Amino acid sequence: MRIGIASGKGGTGKTTVATNLARVAAMEHLSVVYLDCDVEEPNGQIFLKPEESWRRPVTLPVPRVDAEVCDLCGECGEICEFSAIVPIGSKVLVFPQLCHSCGGCRLVCPLQAITEIPREVATLMGGRVAGVEYLQGLLNVGEAMSPPVIRALKAVAPQAELVIVDAPPGTSCPVVEAVRGCDRVLLVTEPTPFGLHDLELAMDTIGMLGIGCEVVINRAGANGKATREFCRSRGIEIAAELPDRRSIAEAYSRGEMAVEVDPEFRDRFLALLHHVEGRS
Amino acid sequence: MKQIVVISGKGGTGKTSLVASFASLAGMSVLADCDVDAADLHLVVSPSPVSRHDFIGGKRAVIDGDRCIDCDSCSDLCRFDAIIGESEDRAVDPIACEGCGVCAWFCPERAIDLVDSLEGEWTLSETRFGPMVHARLNPAGENSGKLVSLLRAEARSIAEEQEIDTVLIDGSPGIGCPVIASITGADLVLVVTEPTLSGLHDLERVLGLTRHFGIPSAVVVNKYDINEENSRRIEELATALGAGTAGRIRFDPAVTMAQIEGVPLVEHSDNGAASDMNEVWRRVKWSLSAGRFVT
Repeated sequence: MRIGIASGKGGTGKTTVATNLARVAAMEHLSVVYLDCDVEEPNGQIFLKPEESWRRPVTLPVPRVDAEVCDLCGECGEICEFSAIVPIGSKVLVFPQLCHSCGGCRLVCPLQAITEIPREVATLMGGRVAGVEYLQGLLNVGEAMSPPVIRALKAVAPQAELVIVDAPPGTSCPVVEAVRGCDRVLLVTEPTPFGLHDLELAMDTIGMLGIGCEVVINRAGANGKATREFCRSRGIEIAAELPDRRSIAEAYSRGEMAVEVDPEFRDRFLALLHHVEGRS
Repeated sequence: MKQIVVISGKGGTGKTSLVASFASLAGMSVLADCDVDAADLHLVVSPSPVSRHDFIGGKRAVIDGDRCIDCDSCSDLCRFDAIIGESEDRAVDPIACEGCGVCAWFCPERAIDLVDSLEGEWTLSETRFGPMVHARLNPAGENSGKLVSLLRAEARSIAEEQEIDTVLIDGSPGIGCPVIASITGADLVLVVTEPTLSGLHDLERVLGLTRHFGIPSAVVVNKYDINEENSRRIEELATALGAGTAGRIRFDPAVTMAQIEGVPLVEHSDNGAASDMNEVWRRVKWSLSAGRFVT
């Protein structure tokens, strides 16, 4: 099964849940693939520490205009919705970073003066560690669009008994691209007003995609009541609550995993794994 | 007019709590919540809405089933797998559609139209700290970068009209399109970082971004006492990458208490993290007038 780990708000513990779940699943002898789809800031490797075995660039096709052939008819500028190709004066300017790689300009050019050339926007990397096949995308700094990188990462992901998708924060296109195709989504939240507000937005986003979701309350403590009541009112199950511990925050700061430093967390993640499996 | 943007790379490091306190300390400023995916600033500055506006994010293709002859040219040409269904069920998946218009352009029956796509709304509000612009992107909405640019343009024009010196911008996590839209043309980018290996990793990338665009940046270490060794490494990295250091904020449960109360931290308490935020604001103001950061 393919399970997405998402949240509206950042920093609620997506990567904590995703990496620890991957680790306990591997300890239970499941085949596990971990996809770090937070390509702007992938952090799964800090905790899982995979040994890198391959790396390859992600390229997107962008237009190149052959000035010898082009007669400046302007059709390419007409079809482009993103102002990525603009005929000005005696030449056609291409702005590769604005290009969405739809291919429209090449198709519309009556003289076949436009070809597409690859432009590197990110790097994919893969490796293995303790029964987990780890894959991540890393967007080049200065590049704006992460969805095509997430698509490229998902396209090379192998099958496994459990595929864990660590999604980026937010509620817009990068999250949608990451969790699309998941069987279920775990929404990780923290019991604060910001956490609760963004949980509701995230739930609406996942709901629009027609994917079932459950909630994991991270850093749960005395103030989790509002979150629990909200989930009940929406008929969404709470799959796990992870207690608020300074020792876990400190371990996290050093890149250590909760299931390795605290037996209670190992039990909680095992229970979460069994809960998730029971759902499939 | 000075535009100060607070971003973080890694999410959940305390951007919004810091911006809310800055708003209180600044006296009068224009606030812009540019974390349009998951906007939270309104929860602690109690805005009163003045006007609401639609946000048209881009275009979407729509198929007119009556004119469609089922020729497959749209599905053959679409690179985003956005054409779904067969014959009379043929339709455009609005979430997958990129709005490029290739299908509409080449449809032999002109059965496809490109229509404006409503992707959210933005609001102009009043707060006791000054005017505020904020937004709500629809669930699974697109083009958050365009919405951020729109909010920033509104904030700037309000600041000019009302002669307000400071624009405070709450940014989003990451380094992608909404972040790029948040920081371009800003006077100062403050990067709020936590002293974790994740924070350190993400800081390097986000400072790479501010450097790429040539925007003066400084780092604030939040919850520095969770790991003082990493806090030191973060400040060293910032210095090595040409960024300033704007101060440290201690871990303090009062931050959550202020959120629950719905007020900026500096109005909830005087000591602890609140006094640290005061100090950060003092340094930010000084650096803006001096044009550099004390390190």
